[in-house]
Amino acid sequence: MKSNSGATTLKKFSLFALKRKNLCIPYGVFLVLFIIIPILLIVFYAFTDTNGYFSFESLVNFFTTWTKINVLFVSIFIALLTTLICLLIGYPLAYFLADKKINKNAVLVTLFIAPMWINFVLRTGATRDLLTWLGINGGNHPYLATLIGMVYNYLPFVILPLYTTMLKLDKSQIEAAADLGANPFQVFTKSIFPQTIPGIISAVLMTFMPTMSSYVISDLLSEGKITLFGNYIYLDFSQAMWNDGSFMALIMLVIVGISMFLTRGVEKEQGRGSGLW
Amino acid sequence: MVKKIFGQTYIWLILIFMYLPVLILIAFSFTSATYVGQWSGFTFDLYSALFKNKAIMTALGNTVLLALSAAIVSTILGTSGAIGAFYLKKGWRKAFDNVTQIPIVNAEIVMALSLTVLFVFLQDYVFHTQLFSFWTLLIGHCVLCVPFVYISVKPKLQQMDPALYEAALDLGCTPSRALRKVMIPEILPGILSGFLLAITLSLDDFIITMFTKESSFETLSTLIQKTIKRWPVPPEMRALTTIIFGCVVIAVIGITAYQYYQSKHKKTHAQGRVG
Repeated sequence: MKSNSGATTLKKFSLFALKRKNLCIPYGVFLVLFIIIPILLIVFYAFTDTNGYFSFESLVNFFTTWTKINVLFVSIFIALLTTLICLLIGYPLAYFLADKKINKNAVLVTLFIAPMWINFVLRTGATRDLLTWLGINGGNHPYLATLIGMVYNYLPFVILPLYTTMLKLDKSQIEAAADLGANPFQVFTKSIFPQTIPGIISAVLMTFMPTMSSYVISDLLSEGKITLFGNYIYLDFSQAMWNDGSFMALIMLVIVGISMFLTRGVEKEQGRGSGLW
Repeated sequence: MVKKIFGQTYIWLILIFMYLPVLILIAFSFTSATYVGQWSGFTFDLYSALFKNKAIMTALGNTVLLALSAAIVSTILGTSGAIGAFYLKKGWRKAFDNVTQIPIVNAEIVMALSLTVLFVFLQDYVFHTQLFSFWTLLIGHCVLCVPFVYISVKPKLQQMDPALYEAALDLGCTPSRALRKVMIPEILPGILSGFLLAITLSLDDFIITMFTKESSFETLSTLIQKTIKRWPVPPEMRALTTIIFGCVVIAVIGITAYQYYQSKHKKTHAQGRVG
């Protein structure tokens, strides 16, 4: 009798569990526990002191410490430069790769993505060994070494989204532009470039933020001479300075939020533009 | 014609530059000199030194164990989450989609710090014992991987014919059987690509691992970082690079062969149908 009632509750339970909607419950709990609550905790820690009382200590600390402001500017500078160089190298590359007349085999595209599968730290070490051999090291050229390391690492992330948008280029529009008398430069600025803006935006998103917050590359290649946002957060972490670290992380979060907001605006604009036609 | 030659030269030039560091390390993995650039005769010494290096072998085992467990947990969690969320009302579904995006767009170090802060908070105020262990590391890696499983499965659910599941129920399937026999096979490609993505993300990760692991536990990434930070870099690292590069090359060949086989298979299949 007892086992029977057990079986019916089990059946009831399994019916409940297998309503398809309910499958999302464990996932939802996971998201709340390990994504939403930690981020709320970051905000909490950013505006409290070590005793857990509300305080602007970390904020004041950040804006009055010149080294910290400096870290912000250096990070933005390195990230901008990395993004720009990656785009300058990656844009024509993606264009050539997507052009069937120039590149017929898809293996080449895989080869450009494949370095991402070699362990990232090992790859950075390899770049450092090569640069040291060539006489560029953290000791004499910390900025150059870091920049080269960043470009090496983020180039695949730029090539992939650009290549995907280049594959979808409207060939007839480009031809029409040329037929109607546009010179190659005008064809590029009026037809090809506008069509690839979504790819450029996602390439920028994949490079800018990760460069600003990267830790390993600047740490290894500049031999600790260049401190980016990521290095600073790591420093706070290793010294268990949760409040200051959280405030730095919060600034990063705000920058991510702003960039998401801005790019959403651009995408909408694009949607409106295409809607007009 | 000029454009073609220019384009191809450009492609190959960049490709060579991209592989240059790794290729040079591979070349110098067959000599036991301390620094890259010095050649002290051809030898396999570095390889035998690598396999005798206990720390590296332990880290390798840890990395594989962690990647497999993180990928399995994330795949189960992410797939069931995607299926469940797909049948929720629009508002809730949007909420799931948006929260899933957070770890993808957010800087990894921010996610890592936020998890660490959570664990420290729980450690100090709730459990009062040391929390950092394999389990915190596993949670960290699941946070990293789970969103990618979710976004690989979601499009497959959208492409699926909703009538199939209903038909299975009408024909007498229990919901669990319909789920296993009808739905899962339909979205299997998405689940598999999510699983593979999870493995590669976990294998490659450094930051989340560094923040959420207990200090004595090392994965390949953290061990390599620790070792190569000091000069001179142990030359065995060159042998390790070569072996990992070899695995990547095999994977690329495998993928290419698979794609080639599939495209050929599809063609003959289509021709068969037309015939």
